[in-house]
Amino acid sequence: MRLVLTKREDASPWMSLVSPLVAVALTLVSGAVMFVLLGLDPIKALGIYFISPISDVWALQELAVKATPLVLISVGLSLCYLSNNWNIGAEGQFVMGAIFGGAVAIATHGVANGPWVFPAMMLAGMVGGALLALVPALLKTRFSANEILTSLMLVYVAELLLDWLVRGPWRDPQGFNFPQSVMFEPEAQALRLMADGRVNIGSLIAVVVVILGAILLGRTLKGFEIRLVGEAPRAARFAGFSEKRMTWTVFAISGALAGLAGIIEVAGTMGQLQPSISPGYGFTAIIVAFLGRLNPVGCLIAGLFLAVTFIGGENAQISLRLPLDVTRVFQGMLLFYVLACDAFLTYRIRLVRGEGAAA
Amino acid sequence: MTMFEAILLTIITASTPLLIAAVGQLVVERSGVLNLGMEGMMIMGAACGFAVAILTGNSAIGIVAAIIAGMAMSLIFAALTLGLAANQVASGLALSIFGLGLSGVIGAPFVGAKRDAMPRLDLPVLSDLPIIGKALFGQDPYVYASFALTFGVWWFLFRTRPGLVLRACGESHASAHALGYPVLKIRLLAILFGGGCAGLAGSYLSLVYTPFWSPGMTAGRGWIALAIVVFASWLPWRAMAGAYLFGGITILQLHAQGAGVRIPSQLMAALPYLVTIIALVIIMSRRTGQQTAPASLGTPFVPDR
Amino acid sequence: MTVPPPLVSAQGIVKRFGSLLANDHVSLTVAEGETHALLGENGAGKSTFVKILYGLLQPSEGTLSWRGEEVRLRSPAEARRLGIGMVFQHFSLFDALTVAENVALALDGAEPVPSVARRLAEVSRAYGLPLEPAREVWRLSVGERQRIEIVRCLMQNPKLLILDEPTSVLTPQETEGLFGTLARIKAEGCAILYISHKLEEVRRLCETATILRHGKVVETCDPRAVSAGMLAQMMVGVGIPPTRHDPLEQAGPVRLDVRSLSAPSPDAHGTSLKSISLDVRAGEVLGVAGVAGNGQDELFALLSGEMPAASAETVIIDGVPVGRAGINARRKLGGAFVPEERLGHAAAPRFRLSENALASGHATNGFVRAGFVDRGAALSWVDRVTKAFDVRKGPRDPEAKALSGGNLQKFVVGREILRKPRLLIVAQPTWGVDAGAAALIRQALVDLARGGAAVLVISQDLDELFEISDRMAVIFHGRLSPAQDARGLARESVGLLMGGAGFAPDAAEAA
Repeated sequence: MRLVLTKREDASPWMSLVSPLVAVALTLVSGAVMFVLLGLDPIKALGIYFISPISDVWALQELAVKATPLVLISVGLSLCYLSNNWNIGAEGQFVMGAIFGGAVAIATHGVANGPWVFPAMMLAGMVGGALLALVPALLKTRFSANEILTSLMLVYVAELLLDWLVRGPWRDPQGFNFPQSVMFEPEAQALRLMADGRVNIGSLIAVVVVILGAILLGRTLKGFEIRLVGEAPRAARFAGFSEKRMTWTVFAISGALAGLAGIIEVAGTMGQLQPSISPGYGFTAIIVAFLGRLNPVGCLIAGLFLAVTFIGGENAQISLRLPLDVTRVFQGMLLFYVLACDAFLTYRIRLVRGEGAAA
Repeated sequence: MTMFEAILLTIITASTPLLIAAVGQLVVERSGVLNLGMEGMMIMGAACGFAVAILTGNSAIGIVAAIIAGMAMSLIFAALTLGLAANQVASGLALSIFGLGLSGVIGAPFVGAKRDAMPRLDLPVLSDLPIIGKALFGQDPYVYASFALTFGVWWFLFRTRPGLVLRACGESHASAHALGYPVLKIRLLAILFGGGCAGLAGSYLSLVYTPFWSPGMTAGRGWIALAIVVFASWLPWRAMAGAYLFGGITILQLHAQGAGVRIPSQLMAALPYLVTIIALVIIMSRRTGQQTAPASLGTPFVPDR
Repeated sequence: MTVPPPLVSAQGIVKRFGSLLANDHVSLTVAEGETHALLGENGAGKSTFVKILYGLLQPSEGTLSWRGEEVRLRSPAEARRLGIGMVFQHFSLFDALTVAENVALALDGAEPVPSVARRLAEVSRAYGLPLEPAREVWRLSVGERQRIEIVRCLMQNPKLLILDEPTSVLTPQETEGLFGTLARIKAEGCAILYISHKLEEVRRLCETATILRHGKVVETCDPRAVSAGMLAQMMVGVGIPPTRHDPLEQAGPVRLDVRSLSAPSPDAHGTSLKSISLDVRAGEVLGVAGVAGNGQDELFALLSGEMPAASAETVIIDGVPVGRAGINARRKLGGAFVPEERLGHAAAPRFRLSENALASGHATNGFVRAGFVDRGAALSWVDRVTKAFDVRKGPRDPEAKALSGGNLQKFVVGREILRKPRLLIVAQPTWGVDAGAAALIRQALVDLARGGAAVLVISQDLDELFEISDRMAVIFHGRLSPAQDARGLARESVGLLMGGAGFAPDAAEAA
């Protein structure tokens, strides 16, 4: 028996909506199997993972807070992946955004400042993320060095830089030697949308970014350029589009968005810099981008879903004593299924019995 | 043991897992497949190898388990990329994320458990050689295995007919298919071999190098192994040189910290990653003229029928 | 006396690809030692049929017999064991491997490469097909690559040799050489199945011809006994009118002026251009002939602006130096371009036709306003091209890959011609296209020129160039011969130039 793949002539738009849902369903089934293997009641465990995070208003706010960085980063990554630029170092760009934005907060700490501080931090964060992202872009366009490896290596470098800063020059002198910076001034923290809530202005910014991203990709010549460069590079050259310029553009945009996510996370939920500021948002956003079919609106939905797994993982750690790694297992499986379901969009797949030319 | 011997010994220890993983990946890429799931396969090898060694009290069985774990992981990748012609980059990333997670789940009960490092295997006479004797011939079995693996892969790729066929698949899967070679089957075997090597390399970390289990203990070594393959221009002996270069940097960095060099430890820790980037840039900018990467690398193959 | 069974016999072969019926009950027999032609248009199902015969594809229905016994060929190795050898149209070679390694890969059994190299040297000497075993394939010319394919078949002492369009990439002189080799192979008793759409060759070479149309056998005949016109009629089904090509009265002003254009090749396996000069005037068609891989791709890239030249003065469009300008700046000056490769270069396979119209027309056709795309405008442009160039497609705006080769080619040529360019540069305008579409495209190119545009056609198809060119030049190893009046120009002299005779000797050495 073997699988036979034949190319579809025209994929129906209906199927491209269904395929991510099928992937999610398959992930839930596999998750149930895994819980049984771990000796847990699968219904209860899945409930903690996927229902408890959306069961009350407080939980929903938490969901928005966790989804914000995922959505911001994944919109940028979608532009990269559509144009065939494999930026997998968003985690590092996220950290660099937090460092640059945090520098503004620390520099203005305790001195007279005003409402311009947080916008300035966001700007600095975007610059920081973009600068780090432009390193792989430079190395790719100038030396053809593989951007997958270079962008990933810079994640470790950025994390170590943050670690050094908060243990060294930026450590809070009154912080009882804890490795963390001073608490940011109120002006240097993200505006809360509700007086006693956790949701901050970052979530609103993420929605705006999704809308802008959707317009860019769906309506403008630039969006067409991004898609054409990724789909058929020679045809893009024939259209007069430059592949190298595109690499610079998408790395800058995605780096800036990851950096923005980083400073919003720090200024919105932590209020200070710490040695570790991300539970892996930059890597999870890769899955968000694919689950969202590299479409900004899709990223918004997929980002909310992946945020559920983060919160579910935290809840399960408390109530089931499961390691947080279970969340990663879910995320990895989800990406497997998304990729597998995508194959059904491009190919008609048949199981053929009997022999034939081995291939 | 002199200081020099000690340093040489630790360099070899640091380089061996990189070499084993890189040589395995080299075979995979020579067949035309880019598996970015190295990190995930390696850490699964580390977790499963350690867990089974503790449970059975036998390191050899642990090693076998690690190899099987690596191959099982690579089989998922093969099913996606060969069976369903999915994007290789994304599938490899998924494998890395999945492996990091699953290894944490499997390894959780074993955090804090300890096991003695595997005994060294002294080669008689040779290990008595002055200066290099202890370092080169008084090593654990992995080190000899890594040398044998490098030689074996070189011999296989460039001196045997199956090796020629494998390289042909990596150069042009369309031509190989037209001549009647089972491209997907050959690639499947190559992917499994790469997975087994990654698992073996991972078990070295948890059974010899540290030797205990901690989550995320591969710390990017799988990615560095991928970089070594590029650095080596897809040639086994150069992969050995690359692995020892990176292993050497890791160790020098540790010794520099130990010797109290006044440089932030984080900068020293970042060194292997920065050197990886620099090495990639240097090797790419000096590479002119003839192409060295397998021409079909990373492109899925779907036979028409 | 009993009649010996035929060497190979196919009965009722059917092959389906999804909904497409590529072979529809094809039956064909080849006798021992016979030279048999398989004739048909592009897309008639010839390649599918020979892939089945070579064990690469399995038939959906029907049987194959070898010397009277029914056989199932599950792989090319089984076909080779019977004595079937195949020379592919798109060579099945490995660029980075050596000649000897390439040959070893096609031999069954574990013969080590050094021993293959020795035998290879003997066979290639015996047949007068010189090859260096240790050279890597990417260093070789197209003709030499074909030699590898032939030699590696001969090393297995075949009883049946299949050649798929072997002359489409050769110069006339190389073609003669190939025919000499085939005569020798035939004299040794080997049967030949010769796939082609070139009628004169078939009439010269073959005793029997089977003609395929839309996957069905329409006729089996002796090609020497019928006229080329009759064969063409059987192949195409309807009569194709010859291109109307009135002599050029008076050429207009120079529209494209190229002055000592030199450029290193961007990639290691390419050809660098050496001091190319040419001019094309309004009203005329200039043809550039040459064997594949002599710098055509690079020339197209430099003239279109996909690759900028070293100085602006080397490429001049309508008096404006544009050597450093990009492709869209040249389009705005009235230039239009059609590259050789339809899918992947001229059109993005998974993009819709309207998006592909946008790709080449976004700078000139008013499809874009303030950065935003006017999809309606692009779609109505598709409708206009469809109507003017008879592009046949199912939905109004399908993906490019859903179109047949001929219809997509009509679209990518029509998309440019409808813009009424003052200069059109086109590479391989009818490569792999059915006869009806080819005739329509050639006529459109001539009409565009007669309407006042300058047209530059880069092609490997000499017949095509003689049909539509007013003047012709030959490109060889990155150099261009002076253009000559096409009327009264002898095929042989063009062929000699394509083989490098008449070029300065250093050009040949540089290869």
